[in-house]
Amino acid sequence: MAKVKSLADLKKIKEDLQSKMDLREKSTHPENLVQIKVAMATCGIASGAKDVMDYLIDELDKRNIEAVITQTGCMGYCYAEPTIEVTLPNQEPVVFGYVNVKKADEIIEKFIKNGELVDGIIPVNYETIHSK
Amino acid sequence: MAKYKMHLLVCGGTGCRASASEEIVKNLKTIINDKGLADEVQVIMTGCFGFCEKGPIVKVMPDNTFYTEVKPEDAREIVEEHVVKGRKVTRLLYTDPENKEHISDSKHMGFYKKQIRIALRNCGFINPENIDEYIAREGYQALGKCLSEMTPDQVIAEIKNSGLRGRGGAGFPTGLKWEITRKSKADQKYVVCNADEGDPGAFMDRSVLEGDPHSVIEAMAIAGYCIEADKGLVYIRAEYPLAIERLKIAIKQAREYGLLGNDILGTGFNFDIELRYGAGAFVCGEETALIHSMEGHRGEPTLKPPFPSVSGYLGKPTNVNNVENLCQCPSNY
Repeated sequence: MAKVKSLADLKKIKEDLQSKMDLREKSTHPENLVQIKVAMATCGIASGAKDVMDYLIDELDKRNIEAVITQTGCMGYCYAEPTIEVTLPNQEPVVFGYVNVKKADEIIEKFIKNGELVDGIIPVNYETIHSK
Repeated sequence: MAKYKMHLLVCGGTGCRASASEEIVKNLKTIINDKGLADEVQVIMTGCFGFCEKGPIVKVMPDNTFYTEVKPEDAREIVEEHVVKGRKVTRLLYTDPENKEHISDSKHMGFYKKQIRIALRNCGFINPENIDEYIAREGYQALGKCLSEMTPDQVIAEIKNSGLRGRGGAGFPTGLKWEITRKSKADQKYVVCNADEGDPGAFMDRSVLEGDPHSVIEAMAIAGYCIEADKGLVYIRAEYPLAIERLKIAIKQAREYGLLGNDILGTGFNFDIELRYGAGAFVCGEETALIHSMEGHRGEPTLKPPFPSVSGYLGKPTNVNNVENLCQCPSNY
């Protein structure tokens, strides 16, 4: 490793290194960011959820949208896999079904950027023991 | 280049290591490799999370899942269930002692809820053996700013303003101590870090040195700039082998980066650090006894004045600060 020659040099190195810690930094305050859960159970993986997740991670990074992308288990909508749940800051989560790479692009452009609803929303019509 | 989707943080503090956390790291890495996930999941050994009673701790990012009392054989279940399928391993989650519910995110645990971490800001978050992670979290920026943009008097004024006081017990104002040592005229001065944590059951200095050693190095260099010393000494108990090892690694890395040594950051300031080992005498935590011990004499306190700030190590002005005290200095700038 070459020596750090000045404060400006140090700042530059910090900028370069920061992306490696981003994942950890962001997850300490996910409620302020776009949160996406990708259903990655057997049904999801078989329908291509892994590709969708990779696409979301890469694209959100490229389009400079700060987001925390995690995987979750089966949400019970196996017929509509891959499914993702998107939570915009201070809003209720919205679940989308049949999400392929193309749909993911539309969700980023319309829903995440502008809050416009797009086709493929699965309405939440159940309750859990936590909401009672 | 690997684009990690998930970071697994495993506690590498003395407490968790004693309960086999190194083996957990080894098992996690092996299983992740076997499954071909090495490019997606990074396993990192961090410093202490502070929740040693329920150690070893494994934390999964980005979903902030906090696993407690993990055994090496649990590694497979964590990878197969959580990493691959996204299902949390419920039996390893923390159970709230009052309502018996599982809590997966440490932020909601009673123990962490009210914490604001300053001294421990990096503990359990970065890999203490990797200077890059420290730099990524603003590390050495304070030193750079002090050396490049501030005079020693301004730096001292800032510390005085912060109200920071000694954490060794006496609570002496840190800024005042730096100022007195600065005003003492001598051809050689010293910065000493007191890491002789002798109180039974007290491990705050150990936690900092094991989890964030660079914060202490950076602060010692700042102190050196203020009092015009080019030499720092850490008096550390020999009973802290892991803290010593991490500190040595950190010093080596800082030297390689030119953050210790001659002409730091091109400012002409020179500073380097050496270690001195204590043999575990409670009294050597007292600064005059500590200095006598470093000189090779019996570790007995002597009456003050003269204060070490005027006549300390080898009769030269010496600024003695405690670990916990020092590690808070960089966050002031």
